[in-house]
Amino acid sequence: MSNNEADGGGMGSGSRRFKVRPYAITGGRTKSDSELPMETLLRTTDAGRKALERLAFEKKKIVSLCESPIAVVEVAARIDVHLGVAKVLVGDMAEEGLIEALPNRVGEADERPDVKLLERVLDGLQSL
Amino acid sequence: MVSNPSNTSQGADAGVSSNPLPVKIIISGGFAVGKTTFVGSISEIAPLTTEAAMTSVSEGVDDAGSAAPTKTTTTVAMDFGRITLGADLILYLFGTPGQERFHFMWDDLVRGAIGSIVLVDTTRLAECFPAIDYFEQLDVPFVVGVNCFHGEQHHDLEEVREALQVPAHVPMLTVDARDRASTKQALLELVQHALLVASQRG
Repeated sequence: MSNNEADGGGMGSGSRRFKVRPYAITGGRTKSDSELPMETLLRTTDAGRKALERLAFEKKKIVSLCESPIAVVEVAARIDVHLGVAKVLVGDMAEEGLIEALPNRVGEADERPDVKLLERVLDGLQSL
Repeated sequence: MVSNPSNTSQGADAGVSSNPLPVKIIISGGFAVGKTTFVGSISEIAPLTTEAAMTSVSEGVDDAGSAAPTKTTTTVAMDFGRITLGADLILYLFGTPGQERFHFMWDDLVRGAIGSIVLVDTTRLAECFPAIDYFEQLDVPFVVGVNCFHGEQHHDLEEVREALQVPAHVPMLTVDARDRASTKQALLELVQHALLVASQRG
């Protein structure tokens, strides 16, 4: 019954873990110039695909992960780094054009989803 | 359906699947109340965990006797899952720890969220107080899900409402966090509630 509780933590264990301290990847920075909300969807660009072979390990992994759009927070979990580290990494990669950050909802960032969006969510959930 | 496509995003009609939009719902509640189980019951991926910084404000009284909120940043683990809704929406479900006796400020998480399902264990009611206080203060739509295992329900929902002092307009329901049909229903109730709140807001 509580299997899921345990499974969640198992993700990052074992040989997949980075052998370097996380902030070494980002050159010690903990803030990206442009802070992306954690649910921002990232998608690999053509340039990223072309650059794949010459990319360093973690960037290569991110380019592969974002082949179909996933959120910043999911990238963090899948490459097993702190969310703050992932934000710096993907922020840099977006600037380099390797991935693109898809637009979030139009309007103020702290705005609640509007009726139209909520109706789409409701429809989507109902047809699950 | 409201037919007023002009004032929202560009995305609804044009190029449907090209740019999916992320939406998020927060599953909160006390320690071991079943948040990750809830997420896992309906997520299309096995729940993942990431570590994130959380700024917490404790409401202590300092030595000089004045109320001095102190801010501390701690790293907390956060579990989440994902549900693809059609071709153009990706729903992330975040399970957040909220049992601490301070209000947690997790702006990045709550900003733009549809709302929250606050899970309640009737044997440890008080553990969900911080979450309820928090969402009430920030006007985040939420519903209260009373966890019932094996279909058992030890308390009347209205008794729980009274004990928690949850306002009448906040929906309360029973949830079996392990059961997909039950968690789906809870998500539907939250989105319907958020819709009502949004339409009243105009």
